[in-house]
Amino acid sequence: MSGEGTTTLELATETVDRSADVPTPQAQPLIVAGLSHAFGKRQALRDVAFQLERGDRTMLLGLNGAGKTTLFSLITRLYNHRSGSIRIFGWEIKQKPSEALARLGVVFQLPTLDPDLSVAQNLFYHAALHGLPRREAGARIEREIERVGLTDRMHEKARTLSGGQRRRVEIARALIHQPKMLLLDEPTVGLDIASRQFLLDHVRMLCREEGLAALWATHLIDEVDSAARVIVLHRGRILAEGPVPEVISRTNAASIREAFDKLTGERSE
Amino acid sequence: MRPVHYYRCLRGIVWREGLRFLNQRGRFIAALVRPLVWLVIFAAGFRFVLGVSIIPPYQTYIPYEEYIAPGLIGMIQLFQAMQSTLSMVWDREMGSMRTLLVSPLPRWFLLVSKMVATVAVSVLQAYVFLGIAWFWGIQPPPLGYLTVLPALILSGMMLSALGLFISSAIRQLENFAGVMNFVIFPMFFASSALYPLWTVREANQKLYDICMVNPFTHAVELVRFALYGQFNLQACAVVVGALIVFMALAILGYDPGRGLMVRRAGAE
Repeated sequence: MSGEGTTTLELATETVDRSADVPTPQAQPLIVAGLSHAFGKRQALRDVAFQLERGDRTMLLGLNGAGKTTLFSLITRLYNHRSGSIRIFGWEIKQKPSEALARLGVVFQLPTLDPDLSVAQNLFYHAALHGLPRREAGARIEREIERVGLTDRMHEKARTLSGGQRRRVEIARALIHQPKMLLLDEPTVGLDIASRQFLLDHVRMLCREEGLAALWATHLIDEVDSAARVIVLHRGRILAEGPVPEVISRTNAASIREAFDKLTGERSE
Repeated sequence: MRPVHYYRCLRGIVWREGLRFLNQRGRFIAALVRPLVWLVIFAAGFRFVLGVSIIPPYQTYIPYEEYIAPGLIGMIQLFQAMQSTLSMVWDREMGSMRTLLVSPLPRWFLLVSKMVATVAVSVLQAYVFLGIAWFWGIQPPPLGYLTVLPALILSGMMLSALGLFISSAIRQLENFAGVMNFVIFPMFFASSALYPLWTVREANQKLYDICMVNPFTHAVELVRFALYGQFNLQACAVVVGALIVFMALAILGYDPGRGLMVRRAGAE
């Protein structure tokens, strides 16, 4: 079935290629199937498969080295996957990278703001990379920056912002081109508790109120709340996937921490 | 993605490069002071050591300062190209590469835009340098200021393509010192920037051969001839050839389907 579905979908994408500025109506935000990836002899991902639905907030939980960054690099097409498939709103990233990337917002693990440019300049640059006209970009930037509460810092250089504020700008930036899916690669590393909470609440709100699908990679179990879905990634393999309470009950654990320890056979942080 | 998206993207990338350059005042001043120090101090000291005979494009004996001016323009372009492209692999700026590469526009276009942005800044610097050098007695024919423009664009494109290629091929750079040692100094000194190649040939045939295969030599000669309203076909051919090769290598290097990006990630 999936083979046939693929062909029709691809035929459809050929014809709507130019006009399609909205995601294909029925397609899911993200479908990863049969994804394996190796760096030489080191197998970073083994047969990874999962899906994200609209409005899903999914925590990708794994220790350092579990394969989270590799997975994100493949989804953002830093390099191509060699086996399996990654579809973003129906567009296979390898075949239609433009269509897929245009629908994706990314917050990287590394700080990526240009410290010598102002907040507004950083955001305008991002808007230009997505081909947005300046005026429209201006309106969206104002809206997004207001939502993260940094309107008064708009014209200050990024280097004057605290780590938490920079992260907030990066989330605002990831949303300027109005993606319907957000990837966050360990976004809270190095942040204080208040900033961390702000980010969690903000993403929760985006999923609930705007139907955004979010995939949030983390190695901090505290960040996984019971309202989220969780994917436990360990040594390149998915060990469990589903709503947090389900994963807990399936593993006969009392908490997600215990579930994680049981699944991985390692003591978590 | 329609042409207008491409245009906006290119404009944004050039605009950012310009802002970065202007905002980093230290970099702006350093970029100007560096060639001026060479012009004012180094050239003044060496004018009595090195005599420059009449060689094309010059029609008369020229002071050493005048000889090295095109070489110093080349130096400006070399520094600018390496700084803006190789900084993408410095640890603290790795993020800027990531943000660039998640743009939905094709990767080759992003790389070419980055090159155009680098060249725009370096051309601007070259003209500011030429303006100051005018007061120092480097006064090529007025028309030369116009004819040098295409040469500056071409040589700048070639050098930034080289920088992009290197940035795709190496994993990481600690800082700019490595680039100075392994790219800038060898390219600059083994070229016609500081001494006419016939003097090099008299001294050492091997070094002469190296200078002749160094694309930087031809970039400098292209600029030198253009500055005096002349066209150097050989230099132009080599620069264009090198540009095509480096650009192709850079695009291959950043191709998500090829080895380089993967190898780099695998090593992390």
